[in-house]
Order: sequence, then C-alpha cells, then structure tokens
Amino acid sequence: MSRGAVPLQETPVAFERVTMHFGTRPVLVDFSCEFPGNRISVVLGGSGAGKTTILRLIGGLIQPQHGRIWVAGTNVVGLSERQLYEVRRKLGMMFQGGALLNSLTVYENLAFPLREHTRLSEREIADRVHATLAAVGLRGVDHLLPGELSGGMVKRAALARAILRDPQILLCDEPFSGLDPISVKRIEALLRRINQERGITMIVSSHHIPSTMRMAHHVVLLWDHKAIQGTPQELAASPDPQIADFFNEEVHEEGVREPQHTPVQRW
Amino acid sequence: MRFVLELGRIAAFTADVARAVVTPPPRLGAFVAELFNIGVLSLLIICVSGAAVGMVLGLQGYNTLVRFGAEESLGAVVGLSLIRELGPVLTALLTTGRAGSATTAEIGTMVATEQLDGLRMLAIDPVHLVVAPKALAMIAAMPLLSALFIVCGLAGGYVVGVALMGVDAGNYVSSLQNAVDFRDDVLGSVLKACVFGVLVGLISTFRGYTCQPTSAGVAAATTSTVVVGSVSVLLFDYIITALWGV
Repeated sequence: MSRGAVPLQETPVAFERVTMHFGTRPVLVDFSCEFPGNRISVVLGGSGAGKTTILRLIGGLIQPQHGRIWVAGTNVVGLSERQLYEVRRKLGMMFQGGALLNSLTVYENLAFPLREHTRLSEREIADRVHATLAAVGLRGVDHLLPGELSGGMVKRAALARAILRDPQILLCDEPFSGLDPISVKRIEALLRRINQERGITMIVSSHHIPSTMRMAHHVVLLWDHKAIQGTPQELAASPDPQIADFFNEEVHEEGVREPQHTPVQRW
Repeated sequence: MRFVLELGRIAAFTADVARAVVTPPPRLGAFVAELFNIGVLSLLIICVSGAAVGMVLGLQGYNTLVRFGAEESLGAVVGLSLIRELGPVLTALLTTGRAGSATTAEIGTMVATEQLDGLRMLAIDPVHLVVAPKALAMIAAMPLLSALFIVCGLAGGYVVGVALMGVDAGNYVSSLQNAVDFRDDVLGSVLKACVFGVLVGLISTFRGYTCQPTSAGVAAATTSTVVVGSVSVLLFDYIITALWGV
C-alpha cells in the first residue's frame, strides 16, 4: 500500500503490524487493529498497557520502531513535523490533564487555534467559542484560567477545544480519570451526543469498564502487547476466562455498589 | 558518544529555532512579553549588582593604585574591568540564574503538563509560538542589561572613588574616557554580551524543551540550565578573549 492511499473508507484509523518500545520495554509488538468510522471505539487495558501510547501514535506525537499507522488516509509513520501538522488538522485531542495553556483564559484557549488557522472575524470567533462552550455545558467561564476550574470543567473545556474545529477524528485520553461518578456520566453522555450529532470518529482510552459497556460501539483490548477487538458484549462473553473476567469483575464491582442511603442522624 | 548525540540534538534544535524566527507570522506580542519578563524584571538585580561590583572595584582599585601613586587612573581601571569582562560576564551569569532558570522551568512545566503536545495537536508549532520568542528575547535583552550593569558599575566606582576616597572627579572621568576604545572595548563588550545571550537563550530553552515530563525532570533541567549556562559563559568568555583579544 503506497503512502497517501486510503486503506478503507470505513476505517479512518488503522494500525498495521506496529512495534513500539520504550527503551527495552515493549509496549506494542506486531500490533494491528482498526477503528471504525463514525463510531466510538474504546481502547481498554491495564495500567501501562499502552492506551495513551496508541493515541499518541495516532497523533504522531511519538513514532513507532516498525509498522504503519493510517490516519484519515495517510500513513503517519516517518512523516516530518510539518507533514504531521496537515494530518493533525483533521484530528482533535482531549488530553488526560486537559493540556490547556495555563497562562490563557478558557476563552483565549479556544479562540487561539481559530485565530491561528482561520480568517474568522473576532465576532465570529466569539460566537463559535461560546456555541462550543455551551455544547459541552460550560457557561460563564470565559474569563477563568484553567487553574481556577474543577477537574470536570477542565475536561469539558479540553473537549470543547478538541471539537472546536470539527475534527474528523477525536482522540480522548482517559476522559473519566479523576472524576466523581456524576461527572463521569456527564462526560460520557457528552461524548455520545457529540458522536451522534456530528458523526465524529472517536477513539477513547479508558480503563473504566462500566462507561465502556455503555458507550462503546467497538472495543480494542490491549492484551499481552496485542489487540483483541470486538463489541463490548462480544468481549465480555469471550471464551477466554481472563478476558471475560477483565470485563465482568469490574462491571460486577461497580454493579454491586448499591446507592448508599445513609440514615439521617437524629439527635 | 552521549556528548556527541547531545551536541547533535542542540544543533538540530538551534536550526529549528532559527527557522521558527524567520517563519511568518512574527510572534511580536510574545516577543515583547518575553522581553519584559527577561529584561525589565531583571532590572533591579542588574542595577544593584552592577553598582555593588563597581563600588568594590573602586575600593580595591583605589587601595592598589594608591600604593603606586596612580589613584588618578581609577576611572580607567574600573571602566576597563567592567566594559571588557565583568559587565558582560556577570550580567550573563545573573541572567542565567534569574531569567534562564525561569525560562527552563516554564517550558519544562509546559512539557510536563502536555501543553506543548496540546499545541502540536492543534497544528501549532510550539517552537514557533513558545521557544523562539523566549530565545530571541534573551539575545536582545543581554546586551542591554550588560550596558546597564556597566553604567551602574561606573557610577558605583565613581561614588566610592570620588565621594569617599577623594579622587578628583575630572581625573576619574578623563582617565576613563582616554582608556576606553570604542571599537576594541565597547563593541567587543557588545559582541560578548550577544554571544552570551545566544548561549543562555538556547541552553535555557533547549533544557526546558527536552526535559523529562515529571516534576523531578523539570527541577533537573532547571539546575542543568544554571550549571551548563554558567560554565558555557565562562568558557566562551575565554575563547572570545583569546581569539579576538576583546
């Protein structure tokens, strides 16, 4: 397959026999998988399994030792930084910690990429920023610095920045980490709504099994440096007891947590 | 082998910064902000240090010169010492400690919190937006701070020599005027300050840009900037002096 050819219309992101080491530690070995278009794919795996590595490889932030990675029809392996910028214009990425510029307000964080890449007037930029902030449920935070936001608000501001330019592919790195259960459900609903309304291909790294079972159309489970793919239900019903346990134990753990009705102390 | 690899990385980084400086759009706003951070916010430490060094030079110079009955040459001794060596070198060392370390820490923190990766994913070159304005501001600020250091030093020497020790004011100024050559001394001093500005600017941004993305990594990079920057300034001071007699 020559560079520039589209591997498959319905798979905007595909890994072909990718090997990735950090020093002597292998993370991905002869790794191949495909992410379907317009769907929510969740990359699952234990800590250190390579979930974030997958997203960083797609974005070209790191380069593998071997293999090909197709993103929107382009093999991003071996591209120069300048060539990668062309691919990244089709991507949006929500980082685990937000990665918002600390010295800029929330409004400026969102307006800045529009000023860089478009010829929109300040009024049009303001309209678009406010519409996107409203879409993620953030209002009245224009003037706040990222350090003044709660964890959930930072995630939503980061999501707003990632979807601001209508990317073809949205990468979300651990969007549920460090959030309380209500915020988890809010972010989860937000991702599902964005996927349904805008048809964006989403690749989400997570180790939050209940959310994965609810939102994912497709799951890539990182297992022994390789990918095991399928729908959440297929993987949960896997004949391999270790894989089935990986899903069911966590679902069970979350499932048995009944709402706690703490008796009111009366004095 | 590791040293050669490091040199190669610094060379590639320098080429990236140079390319970013000439690539449109110019980041004038960021450059002016950095000039303020590096230059204006260093004014106090530079003025106080310059005056203190000038006063010590005045005192030591007077005590030495008076033994030979040459105390009228105090202006020349203070002036030449400051202009040729102490001005650019001490300014570079002070700026490395104050602004260089801050530059490394700021860029390093942006690396550790994935802010630079965030810019890359927005198809914005972090070298163009963040690194180049800081390096350029360091290069622009260094000669100006050095000049200020020298002026404060000359004033400090004047106060001690003339007001305290009783050296004739006219002799102090005329010996200074006669001894200092514009081309050899003043332009040489500017050359040194510019070279030190390039060194400190590149070392501080490189260390921050390539630091390990952890708090320990940022701390190590900041320390490294001060150590490597200071030693480089002293080594290059010798090389410039030996090659061009400045």
